[in-house]
Amino acid sequence: MCGINGIAALSMQTCINENDVRSMLPALHHRGPDGCGVYLDPYQRIGLGHTRLSIIDLAGGAQPMHNEDKTVWVTFNGEIFNYLELRETLIKKGHCFYSRSDTEVIVHAYEQYGDNFVQHLNGQFAIALWDGNRQRLLLVRDRVGILPLFYTRQGDRLLFASEIKALLPQLCEAPRISPDALDQTFTFWAPRSPNTLFENIFQLSAGHLLVVEKGQMRESTYWDWRFPEQGDYHQGSDAELAEQLYNLLADATSIRLRADVPVGAYLSGGLDSSALVALIRRHSDTPLKTFSIGFEDQSLDESVFQQQMIDHLGVENSRILCQNNDIAEHFPATIFHAETAILRTAPTPMRQLSGLVRASGYKVVLTGEGADEALGGYDLFKEAKIRQFWARQPQSEWRSLLLKKLYPYLETSGTQAKAYLRNYYSIGLDNPNQFGFSHLTRWFTTAQCKVFFSKELNATLRDDAVARLGGQLPMAFGNWHSFNRAQYLEAKTLMGDYLLCSQGDRMLMANSVEGRFPFLDHRVIEFANRLNPRLKMRVLNEKYLFKQAMKNQLPREILERHKQPYRAPDIPAFFSTHPPAYVDDLLSEDKLKHYGYFDPQKVGFLLKKVRHGSSIAYKDNMALVGVLSTQLCHYFFIDQFSQTIRAAGSAYSSITQK
Amino acid sequence: MKNTIRQYILSNLLFTDDESVLQDDESFLDGGIIDSTGVMEIILFIEDTFGIKVNDDEMLPANLDSVDNLVAFIKRKQLIAA
Repeated sequence: MCGINGIAALSMQTCINENDVRSMLPALHHRGPDGCGVYLDPYQRIGLGHTRLSIIDLAGGAQPMHNEDKTVWVTFNGEIFNYLELRETLIKKGHCFYSRSDTEVIVHAYEQYGDNFVQHLNGQFAIALWDGNRQRLLLVRDRVGILPLFYTRQGDRLLFASEIKALLPQLCEAPRISPDALDQTFTFWAPRSPNTLFENIFQLSAGHLLVVEKGQMRESTYWDWRFPEQGDYHQGSDAELAEQLYNLLADATSIRLRADVPVGAYLSGGLDSSALVALIRRHSDTPLKTFSIGFEDQSLDESVFQQQMIDHLGVENSRILCQNNDIAEHFPATIFHAETAILRTAPTPMRQLSGLVRASGYKVVLTGEGADEALGGYDLFKEAKIRQFWARQPQSEWRSLLLKKLYPYLETSGTQAKAYLRNYYSIGLDNPNQFGFSHLTRWFTTAQCKVFFSKELNATLRDDAVARLGGQLPMAFGNWHSFNRAQYLEAKTLMGDYLLCSQGDRMLMANSVEGRFPFLDHRVIEFANRLNPRLKMRVLNEKYLFKQAMKNQLPREILERHKQPYRAPDIPAFFSTHPPAYVDDLLSEDKLKHYGYFDPQKVGFLLKKVRHGSSIAYKDNMALVGVLSTQLCHYFFIDQFSQTIRAAGSAYSSITQK
Repeated sequence: MKNTIRQYILSNLLFTDDESVLQDDESFLDGGIIDSTGVMEIILFIEDTFGIKVNDDEMLPANLDSVDNLVAFIKRKQLIAA
């Protein structure tokens, strides 16, 4: 993978300066340490920049790349996994290639298919393509949002880059944190695309194409998650459908092993990564190396299951142990790379893990991300299913008790569980058809953290984040099965805006490592979306068909294991021993008041509780991490704005090396 | 006793010393004051502070879900113990 950036002129009066384009490159060095390049068109209408992490065609793949007569140029971050097939098709149609790189297929595919070229790509990508003849710029992001692309308008110029920090050197003043983005973060765990944490800085949404032509910007959706509206699900026996799913997954995995460098895989010990490693083992003969995280905190550790798979498949595994102290120490760098406020510390160990990959001499890893969203794995989906079932008979005593099966910590005594379950999980029960029914418990709990917002911040909030999301859903949403509606919301909020960004790309690229996601191959998603929901969740057995598809490849313990969500220590990481100086500083009354987002008195009470060791509530964890990460964002990108720009690139490593 | 409970709820669950935000008969659950783990914090607090033991079958909103309910419940428990 790589870093891309550029500046486009939005009026004829503006000329693009090459130095300006170059000024954005140092901040993207970590995304592409193997080289960089800039293209400036002869009329200075556009400049494209690129920092390269070389994976395919090591010798010939320098970017930006062009077509035969150098009228179409591209700077590209990502991988086109079907590039060999596409290349062959395009050569047959008369196109001439000057490299073996997957990047070059993009320019020829554009020449051949116009803006529809993106429909022919199977991959993960952020693309900026310049058509010199027609003087138009295309910005494209992959279907599910694996790779990032940010942009902002500065007068007559459109700036774009893989990360926000590359835009900063071209801004006249520090960006401002958006109150609406904080509202969304403290509800959905991340700003909703196209918003970012910062005002006037946007991200291109997943599956979107932005055309800039004659000073106008036109955005369209070229792909989205779609589900049957009239029950027209795949026909066939469970066994037939399981076989089709297996074959698709096998192919999605095989084409993701294409690289001119060795490829590794993440192994968590859960079903998805175990299945992925089994698929790689079965469909490639290259030696496979896997990477895993262990936790000092035994309640979070999955080493036993990891070892089971290592023994079962005979792979060579490297493991890092995440100590509670590591989280506090590495958290500022996590936020610097994530460029947004987060409510969980889980990204931090992911960055340590990509560090291990890099130190082991690998640049590419396959990961099991996306299986839960596409194939129906999350506890949240079960919770929604139970709540739907309960809503048909709200008076039923035993229907709500099914929730105990889902959350074993609720399993104390019948009476206790019943009484509290009924209260806590009954939110929205009177209207199970409302759009967010599946997610109400999570959103409601998370939004309780907004109690820490300052009066000033509250005064600037417009309308509620959930209400606004309701107005942005596709027309067909209401016609989908409730299970599919939950999948859509999960894919478009948590996965696209948080898991693939703060916990995915940004933590991988912080160590110049590329992640690849076979379960997010659009063919897999499109096939899965047409499966009857009962094949995803059979009664309360999650990912039913997927388990059927994988049953001959995996040990029974792994197939039957109760799903464990990936988590890292939150409050204990910061307060079990001596909190690092930055925690005290950024959470001090002075700094809280100075930055202005949070009520110092309320945060003071939270800190007192946390220091006293009496906090065990889930939402206290989220609130603390949310407040601290927002403060860190303000520190890095606003307080230290000029220093961050000057220090971008290698010099900045003094802060982010840890 | 009521005041101790109120102070605890205010500073540990509502994170404020503004007395006006908490009514004695207000449900913690309905007001979103506690989440699914929050009730455990309340139990730990009353066990530590008032020297009582909350049995599993007493973990009911009727006993624990407002300042008034807590006061009545603790008084009942202390009477039985005395």
